[in-house]
Amino acid sequence: MSVRRLAPKEVQPASFAFTEENLAFAKQQIAKYPAGRQASAVIAILWRAQEQSEGWVSEAAIRVIADMLDMPYIRVLEVATFYTMFQLAPVGKKAHVQVCGTTPCRLRGAEDLIHVCESRIHHEPFHLSKDGNFSWEEVECLGACVNAPMVLIGKDTYEDLTKDSFGKVLDGFASGNPPKPGPQNGRQFSAPITGPTTLKETT
Amino acid sequence: MTKLIIDGKEIDVPPEYTLLQACEAAGAEIPRFCYHERLSIAGNCRMCLVEVKGGPKPVASCAWGVRDCRPGPKGEPPEISTRSPMVKKAREGVMEFLLINHPLDCPICDQGGECDLQDQAMGYGVDTSRFAENKRAVEDKYLGALVKTSMNRCIQCTRCVRFSAEVAGAPEMGATGRGEDMEITTYLEHALTSELQGNLVDICPVGALTSKPYAFAARPWELGKTQSIDVMDGIGSAIRVDTRGREVMRVLPRINEAVNEEWISDKTRHVVDGLRTQRLDRPYIREAGKLRAASWSEAFAAIAAKAARTDGKRIGAIAGDLAGVEEMFALKDLLAKFGSGNLAVQGGDAFDPALGRASYIFNPTLAGVEQADALLIIGANPRKEAAVFNARIRKRWRAGGFKIGVIGAKADLTYDYDHLGAGTETLGELAAGKHSFMDVLKNAKHPIILVGAGATGRHDGAAILAAAAKLALDVGALKDGWNGFGVLHESASRVGALDIGFAATGGGLNAAQMTTFGTLDVLFLLGADEIKAPDGTFVVYIGTHGDRGAHRADVILPAAAYTEKSAIYVNTEGRVQMTGRAAFPPGEAREDWAVVRALSEALGKKLGYDSLAALRQAIFKAVPHLIRLDQIETGSADQIKKLAGKGGTPEKAPFKPLVEDFYLTNPIARASAVMAECSRLASGQMLTAAE
Repeated sequence: MSVRRLAPKEVQPASFAFTEENLAFAKQQIAKYPAGRQASAVIAILWRAQEQSEGWVSEAAIRVIADMLDMPYIRVLEVATFYTMFQLAPVGKKAHVQVCGTTPCRLRGAEDLIHVCESRIHHEPFHLSKDGNFSWEEVECLGACVNAPMVLIGKDTYEDLTKDSFGKVLDGFASGNPPKPGPQNGRQFSAPITGPTTLKETT
Repeated sequence: MTKLIIDGKEIDVPPEYTLLQACEAAGAEIPRFCYHERLSIAGNCRMCLVEVKGGPKPVASCAWGVRDCRPGPKGEPPEISTRSPMVKKAREGVMEFLLINHPLDCPICDQGGECDLQDQAMGYGVDTSRFAENKRAVEDKYLGALVKTSMNRCIQCTRCVRFSAEVAGAPEMGATGRGEDMEITTYLEHALTSELQGNLVDICPVGALTSKPYAFAARPWELGKTQSIDVMDGIGSAIRVDTRGREVMRVLPRINEAVNEEWISDKTRHVVDGLRTQRLDRPYIREAGKLRAASWSEAFAAIAAKAARTDGKRIGAIAGDLAGVEEMFALKDLLAKFGSGNLAVQGGDAFDPALGRASYIFNPTLAGVEQADALLIIGANPRKEAAVFNARIRKRWRAGGFKIGVIGAKADLTYDYDHLGAGTETLGELAAGKHSFMDVLKNAKHPIILVGAGATGRHDGAAILAAAAKLALDVGALKDGWNGFGVLHESASRVGALDIGFAATGGGLNAAQMTTFGTLDVLFLLGADEIKAPDGTFVVYIGTHGDRGAHRADVILPAAAYTEKSAIYVNTEGRVQMTGRAAFPPGEAREDWAVVRALSEALGKKLGYDSLAALRQAIFKAVPHLIRLDQIETGSADQIKKLAGKGGTPEKAPFKPLVEDFYLTNPIARASAVMAECSRLASGQMLTAAE
């Protein structure tokens, strides 16, 4: 963890506006809460804003959301800087790789994946690759320990990775046809690598 | 009431108390950083840990209710110990954690000597650190002209965040990030906009937020401390004036629950540099259009020469916002000897002291607003005119069940209100029952009708005041035990002036008439800078600063500012208070009453008091209630009925904001560089807001 700051002014867009679809979503979120408690919808709406603007939350978006929810700007900034899943600087256009670095993944070779990221994307996390298509960060446990090591890209997890299979995943994203999410070693979900051992018979 | 045993002592406390309050009631001292009596409870510093018998671990007493304590197995009252070895060890642990990231820069820290962390480290700290890693470093933040930051020292108690959101009503501060990387800041380091931001420095328990104008100026233990009263607005906040040698170094609030609780406005606190600049330190005489320095006797001779040739009826006096009762009383006596009743206090034309006190004081009292359940504000902006009182209105509003209506200019008052209209038309409509807010007022148990100086300062102010009084009667704001009609004065001198009858008497002229061309030959200005003296009139200015009044004056007599004299001031609710002398007037300047006394002798109309005590005797004889310091002589409902009966038709016009620039309302503030900087920042904000 480190100090989380908004991206520098040069990369901040001047304005932000929700698409009509997302605006409807926001209204629906606000309607979930009693009148005067609209601020409760802030996380859901921030998340939509992040999805809409290429995976990161801009300063303009924070202001728009604060005005929408009748909150002081600082309150929305507090939320956006508190939760590490809100990206405050631009991320890779094609993929932002979140490598799990917690103990089970570490023991199963997460370090290798981090080395791949360092050599293929950028030697520092939260930095864009040269072409601007990729970025990476190390995150805490994503709850797929049985398939360690794993990464999260967008909403999908890629599991049971090795240096090579992770390289293929990145190649897939680079060429625009990402591989199927889930285990990358032919395993079915979290079943044993040798195939199912129980519940084989069907009656 | 709930029974508790605290440190072996049985005590009965109300069930809504927290353990911390209960322990204090039992006489135990509980260390704390995040807990503050007037803010919500955060419970994050963990310094107030106590042991509750039967519990496995210590509890944070500030966040633990007396209600939540369970009795013992045989029904004995809950037992709490605040001095057990477990408590001591726990607090020492907390202190060690707090000090892990706290820099060792007490010798260069402005908080040194009055720092909660420093003090409590004496009790619970250890002399060595087991922490071998690097300390956390935090960037300092920009928070405006008044608050200096040193964020390495921050212990993240969040008092400042809670203060700005809850008391000041400008939720600009926040904590970004999380865990060790949490930082206190404003949104993108914008300057704070509150008029109460100086209080952040007081509530910060460490040296993270310190006073920018006072940075590296003095140490608390080398300052002389004088208890006094503030005169920047009509509230009369209790202050402590800290001096080193002859110089006033800073102003801090004192606790006075009835007036300012423990807050003061930024003008009160940071006006002190205005006491050093632009001071009048010797008499001046205008010769051939130019002011030249003169001696006292020359100045007196010039006035005497002019006065000798003048009809007593053509002599007048106007008192300014900062004048104390003593000098006004002496000046009134002096003019009486000339047979003149041409007396006025700035902005006081609408009031008739003959009607009685209730017609011009804030009858519900400042603290009384906390019992009110409806408030109508007529032609006032309490945030600008009485910032500390505005915080109290906001406190009441936050408690809920408090409807506020405003007639006048729209402004951000830090609380929600119904904007009923802009001017006197709305007041008429309201009185005629054509507005739904009338029902709110009528149904309220304790309504307040607040009339601001923005309304009474107009030339039809008397009619507006009478209309407001009538409205108060109509809605039943006057009943047994409740008087809901109140005038909010923005000036410290006005109520005192009206109390001693410093207003047009015996067919005398009021301020508006006196400032009309050709009515007066000699005009005494007692620190009155906000009026324009007419051409052709011989103006004698008795005051402290080279401001508008002094620029216009023909003779200047230098006097003492409020920190340099002991003087009686009466605040807007009619509370009599006395300032204390913390320093001496500069150069040849003298206390105002003494100037008037000396002048009277030079004019051959010697006043009969040679000492302040003798003058006060005379004042107390004439106006007995002024002897009762810190008390309010209440007015009666009949006086308001008389006021309402005066009638008159107010002119149809919107109320104008009285205070355009909060930071530059009086000569001392206009001489202050800090106030000028605040004003510049505030006007920049107003520009961006208008864009």
